[in-house]
Amino acid sequence: MVRELLRRELLIAWRRPGEAMTPVVFFLVTSMLFPLGLSPEASLLRPLAPGVIWVVAFLAGMLGLQRLFRADFDDGTLEQLLLSPRPLTLIVLVKALGHWLVTGLPVVIGGGVVAAMLFVPARDVATVIAGLLLGTPVLTLLGTVVAALTVSLRQAAVLGPVLILPLATPVLIFGAHSATLAMQGRSAAQAFEALAAMFILAASLLPVAAAVALRISHES
Amino acid sequence: MFTWLHKMGSPPVLYRVAERAAPWFKWTSLVLLAAGLVGGLILAPPDYQQGDGFRIIYLHVPSAWMSLFVFALMAVASAVGLIWRLRMAHAVAAAAAPLGAGFTLVTLVAGSLWGKPMWGTYWVWDARLTSELILLFLYLGFTAVVNAFPDQRTGDRAGAILAIVGAVDLPIIHFSVKWWTTLHQGSSLKLSGSNIAGSMLWPLLVMVVAFTLYFFWILSLRVRTEILRRERRASWVLSLQGVGGARGGAR
Repeated sequence: MVRELLRRELLIAWRRPGEAMTPVVFFLVTSMLFPLGLSPEASLLRPLAPGVIWVVAFLAGMLGLQRLFRADFDDGTLEQLLLSPRPLTLIVLVKALGHWLVTGLPVVIGGGVVAAMLFVPARDVATVIAGLLLGTPVLTLLGTVVAALTVSLRQAAVLGPVLILPLATPVLIFGAHSATLAMQGRSAAQAFEALAAMFILAASLLPVAAAVALRISHES
Repeated sequence: MFTWLHKMGSPPVLYRVAERAAPWFKWTSLVLLAAGLVGGLILAPPDYQQGDGFRIIYLHVPSAWMSLFVFALMAVASAVGLIWRLRMAHAVAAAAAPLGAGFTLVTLVAGSLWGKPMWGTYWVWDARLTSELILLFLYLGFTAVVNAFPDQRTGDRAGAILAIVGAVDLPIIHFSVKWWTTLHQGSSLKLSGSNIAGSMLWPLLVMVVAFTLYFFWILSLRVRTEILRRERRASWVLSLQGVGGARGGAR
């Protein structure tokens, strides 16, 4: 069932590529605005690059959250999932994984491209990608909880980011500074340890919260 | 403890308990507030570095304590409400949230007013100021969620999830912000807070207790209005006003 559910998530994204691609396109377009708005100078853009990439990745992560549960809620699939004998926590985790593969992973790869375009040295581009690889799943998992809470609301698209962004600030801090530290030639180990710890904490606790949230939304 | 919880879970019982507790909290908090203000603003000597400017500490520190205390209380009430399905626990959390947001705002304003003479600027990205700002956003998010749902129960329980996730996240946020500031600046902006003289310390402790009691005073008032609002159709609320069933239906 886990494999079927994941296959279904990916298939839906594949059949409707426009919707799934929106976050990564948003990420690339918005990153392009920074050189235009600030300056094309490498000396100015390089130190700002990690912060820019992470903030824009955060905003891009807010974009696709509605597609996590909304369509399933509208057509009744969610009800079937809630009735399934499988633990809801597992189902939520699989849906979050599917969502991250479709919207998060392209941003991680795009992050590498943008890093190079903002003059991050080649050896530090890998650090940016590694940080995003650990950090964006945490963001997706936080988003899963909030998307589950607000799935029955019409104003969810506005409310969601307001709820997620304050909760996600630690990810931004450790993520952006892991790359900054590496670029300054300092050790980024501490930041990566913190990112990994948050990833483990988020992956083990947040699906439980999201499952409870789904049941609450459904009961209303 | 469970029987106590169940008793408190009944709206009329909680309503009456809050009614009876309010004056106790009111008078103890007012007396301690007066004592703390006299001790802090008059009896305590001026600081050798900051002069009289340091006296804002008697407002700033108790509100900072309250901003965290209220969030913890909200998270516990939310957990109790979710686990034992006690609607009144959610009512307490909902009544506490605006107070917590208020204390957080007071902390921020007092902190920035204190920062102007001491640091030369209203705002610095200091670890504690930044965490406090994020805390304010968490309070606002909680209130927004609770009120976003047409159905009170769904809003309550959605807010409860958010409060619990927030309470787990709060230490992580604080730790991350602390790490972030040590990365960018030294501890030059730290206040000499570790060793306070006794004559300065006791008014501070009195103020902390007074603020806590003040919070419980206002909370018991707010819980009562919250109960009345939620239970406005219940017969015991209508009988409180001496309104019969016929007039109760006129709304």
